[in-house]
Amino acid sequence: MKKFLSAALAAAMAFSLVACGSTPSSSAGSAPASEGTSAPASASEGASATGGVFKIGGIGPTTGGAATYGNAVKNGAQIAVDEINAKGGIQFELNFQDDENDVEKAVNAYNTLKDWGMQVLLGTVTTQPCLSVAPEAAADNMFLLTPSASNVDVIAEDNAFQVCFTDPNQGIASADYIADNGLATKIAIIYDSSDAYSKGIRDKFVEEAGTKGLEVVADEAFTADSKTDFSVQVQKAKDAGAELVFLPIYYNEANLIIQEMDKQGYDALIFGCDGLDGLLTIEGADLSLFEGVMLLTPFVADADDEATQAFVTKYQEQYGEIPNQFAADAYDGVYAILAAIEQSGATADMDASTLCDALKGAMTQITVDGLTGEGMKWAATGEVNKAPRAMKIQNGAYTAM
Amino acid sequence: MELLSYLINGISLGSVYAIIALGYTMVYGIAKMLNFAHGDVIMVGSYIVFIAVNQMGIPPLAAVLLSMVLCTVLGLVIERFAYKPLRGAPSLAVLITAIGVSYLLQNLALLIWGSDPKNFTSVVNIHALELHLAGGQIVVSSETVVTIISAAIIMVGLSAFVNHTKLGHAMLAVSEDKGAAQLMGVNVNSTIALTFAIGSALAAVAGVLLCSAYPSLQPTTGAMPGIKAFTAAVFGGIGSIPGAMLGGVLLGVIEILSKAYVSTQLADAIVFAVLIIVLLVRPTGLLGKPMNEKV
Amino acid sequence: MNALKNMKKTTRSNLITYAIVVLFYIVAQGLASGGILNNSMKGMLVPICTYVVLAISLNLTVGILGELSLGHAGFMSVGAFSGAVFWVVSGSNMPSVLGLALSMLIGGVVAGVFGFLIGIPVLRLRGDYLAIVTLAFGEIIKNVLNTVYLGIDSAGFHFSIKDSASMGLAPDGDVIINGAIGISGMKKASTFLAGIILILITLFVILNLINSRAGRAIMSIRDNRIAAEATGINVTKYKLMAFIVSAVFAGMAGVLYALNFSALAAKKFDYNTSILVLVFVVLGGIGNIRGSMIAATVLYVLPELLRGVADYRMLVYAIVLIVMMIFNQSPQIVAWREQMAERIAENPKLRQWMARRKKDGAQSEKGEA
Repeated sequence: MKKFLSAALAAAMAFSLVACGSTPSSSAGSAPASEGTSAPASASEGASATGGVFKIGGIGPTTGGAATYGNAVKNGAQIAVDEINAKGGIQFELNFQDDENDVEKAVNAYNTLKDWGMQVLLGTVTTQPCLSVAPEAAADNMFLLTPSASNVDVIAEDNAFQVCFTDPNQGIASADYIADNGLATKIAIIYDSSDAYSKGIRDKFVEEAGTKGLEVVADEAFTADSKTDFSVQVQKAKDAGAELVFLPIYYNEANLIIQEMDKQGYDALIFGCDGLDGLLTIEGADLSLFEGVMLLTPFVADADDEATQAFVTKYQEQYGEIPNQFAADAYDGVYAILAAIEQSGATADMDASTLCDALKGAMTQITVDGLTGEGMKWAATGEVNKAPRAMKIQNGAYTAM
Repeated sequence: MELLSYLINGISLGSVYAIIALGYTMVYGIAKMLNFAHGDVIMVGSYIVFIAVNQMGIPPLAAVLLSMVLCTVLGLVIERFAYKPLRGAPSLAVLITAIGVSYLLQNLALLIWGSDPKNFTSVVNIHALELHLAGGQIVVSSETVVTIISAAIIMVGLSAFVNHTKLGHAMLAVSEDKGAAQLMGVNVNSTIALTFAIGSALAAVAGVLLCSAYPSLQPTTGAMPGIKAFTAAVFGGIGSIPGAMLGGVLLGVIEILSKAYVSTQLADAIVFAVLIIVLLVRPTGLLGKPMNEKV
Repeated sequence: MNALKNMKKTTRSNLITYAIVVLFYIVAQGLASGGILNNSMKGMLVPICTYVVLAISLNLTVGILGELSLGHAGFMSVGAFSGAVFWVVSGSNMPSVLGLALSMLIGGVVAGVFGFLIGIPVLRLRGDYLAIVTLAFGEIIKNVLNTVYLGIDSAGFHFSIKDSASMGLAPDGDVIINGAIGISGMKKASTFLAGIILILITLFVILNLINSRAGRAIMSIRDNRIAAEATGINVTKYKLMAFIVSAVFAGMAGVLYALNFSALAAKKFDYNTSILVLVFVVLGGIGNIRGSMIAATVLYVLPELLRGVADYRMLVYAIVLIVMMIFNQSPQIVAWREQMAERIAENPKLRQWMARRKKDGAQSEKGEA
């Protein structure tokens, strides 16, 4: 019986090997045909002399606990790609692969995309997987633009660029803003010690707070495994007499913390970073609790400029949700790739490595007016230069401070 | 004063664990399987209430009843198609299938309701039930009061049902010896199905209480509380109904106290370390029956 | 051929198992050098080796010793971190084969020590209680590793559980483990060949253990602990032996895994990973080493093959898992399959048999009528 079983499994394995082995040959067969001819149908007549389709690969979690962020990036990037394709001229094709927010799956996704013929990588969405994919991309000389992985190590190599701010950058900016505007002197921090993003901001914030004369009276952590109950963290902040609670975390947990503060009758200022954007879009939330929440963020969904409004409307039509900052970062990322391609005069028939060399140089020369910042420029290190905007929630909407 | 308010927070968290653990322990006690999908049935139940209240405008109490009915159906469907074919197979096989069901429910929820977190509006926010102690310095929320009362009612109700009704006796018989129970005229299949039905209805109630106390809803909402509740059930002696209640409350209190007085980062490690120590002293949990060795 | 026939049945079966591994290596290498194997498959070869070793070693605990462990990822994690720290500090300056081998050795030893320390108290428990304690152990390791900061400078190692700044590193110092971010920027060292060699070593040790006196003692504990005790078998000793060997190979697999990527974080080694390995073991057949190797390979490749169905990928995976489980383990289906297998086994005579059956059937029908 067992023999039969193992034979069956072995057959399945052999089949899977063959199935895998045959993919590249079939795609290799179809690749030349697709160039120039099979641009997305909606815009095929618009494909002009620049010709061909640039293959953009995306990697991020679309399943599991971090799926919100991956799906936002996937959707935001798709909107940008559709817009660009509809205009004619340079054509993009986006292939977004799931990494479940896992280091190993991210590398698998990267390899899958390479087989597909990816020329530019938009990703990965989260920091940890990006730390393992970035060296792979560097080894292949593949151009990498991450919309939202904010750790500094992610852009260690010269082929990697970021759309979002780096973590230290946000930590310093937050401490400076609080000190310079005299918002408070006694600060409590509640952060996610199991998350690279949150931990990164918190570390720099504490450092900078010391030099700016801010006093951190409570420094409380939570972890991905116990983020249901925040009563202790809030109570400690309250007992320490903090005037301001700094939340370098994502909006889902922030929502729980703010509700817990309300429950305990603790009235303090709340200050956060770009992760807090999304608070106002939580379905079913009591928005009155978020009154007065301040955040440094490059993007707000209800900004009144035309580009943001057009993007938000489109996003809602297609996906039935209000986009958050991840979606906006991805949208800007695709336009940054477009700008770099135009600047360098690269063509779709270049291989990934040649394209990377062209784009690397062009990235430092372009200026992009995007949803997440006016006049975004990039340094050769890969870091973006844009101004964070301080926002305050008033009457259920963001207003600039 | 400080300690008192931490204790209350701990009991509040613990009663949520307890109510989930009751469902776990019930199914384990009768069907002798670790139903890893229990946490995900909780999540589905919460989504049903959320949709019913926020999008269809059904009154909260009716929504909870609707959720209980639908979860019962879901539990029966899962039992019929995923677990029943494996009756008589090694218990590990059923465990793995339960994990498969857990993945299935999470990914179905992701496809149906999306990954964005929803804010669950508390359905038990009754101001009359709020307790103000020590001159208003300590507030016990209505969610806590309702959760503790419900957990106690469910515990007593379940114990009474199992020990004093005919169906309950049938369950006990099945849990003791399936073959013998069958010979005595107990319908084993329908008894186990009934167990799952009750367990799933309990999951719906647990979901409502979990999300009322901690109002964030995502496809993965049930996973971690599920594991914690499983720990609580083992802590109290898995299979024992009062044990689940005790284990849940103790686990919540230990978690809150270790966050408050030791380290917020290491709270999970401390909770699990306490569990290990308790099991080393009492190898079948606090209120578990000692295992008889058959020679 | 005759020599093969004259061998003991177990020896022959073991040889076949080794042969499968070697064949897998040759075929995969051949396909890779022929350019037929794509990047995606090539990238999966080392992880497949990792999971095969994990599945074999967990099978020793679950299948041979008969105890349910949900903390295998914990051993993998201590092995991975100790091996990776050694690799970052000094291994990467050595010739890569030596560096990798030493890292694995260290990872295996550290995991083995943990197996010993945890095994002593834990193995007193049984059944689901043992399962929950091993799960708890894995979660503790993950939680603690998430708060560890380790750095090195000219003065030696620095350690903190608060943050990297409080280690007080000299300016020339390097942070090795950076809390939740873990170890990043590692030079990769794992190769497919190293993975295959590790599988062969694991097989050699574990198969020999199973077929030895000690192995028979371990299995007797599984089948009837009290009887084993009564015949004078030192239950604790043999339980510990199996548990530690299992932990050592989990640790070595952890090092192979860690050095295959540039970054390593504790988050990976949670109960989900332990359960994943358990799924391989159960699906491949509890106690069936060859089966768990094949199941690990197939189930690891499956979600990657399903990338074509995009959003439905994990949904399909879950359904496949449930269906495979029922197909493999459901008593009714097993009985039905055995019947079918018998028919297939009698293939040469199938026609005759079918004809006879038809006749019999016709006759019995007549009889009944």
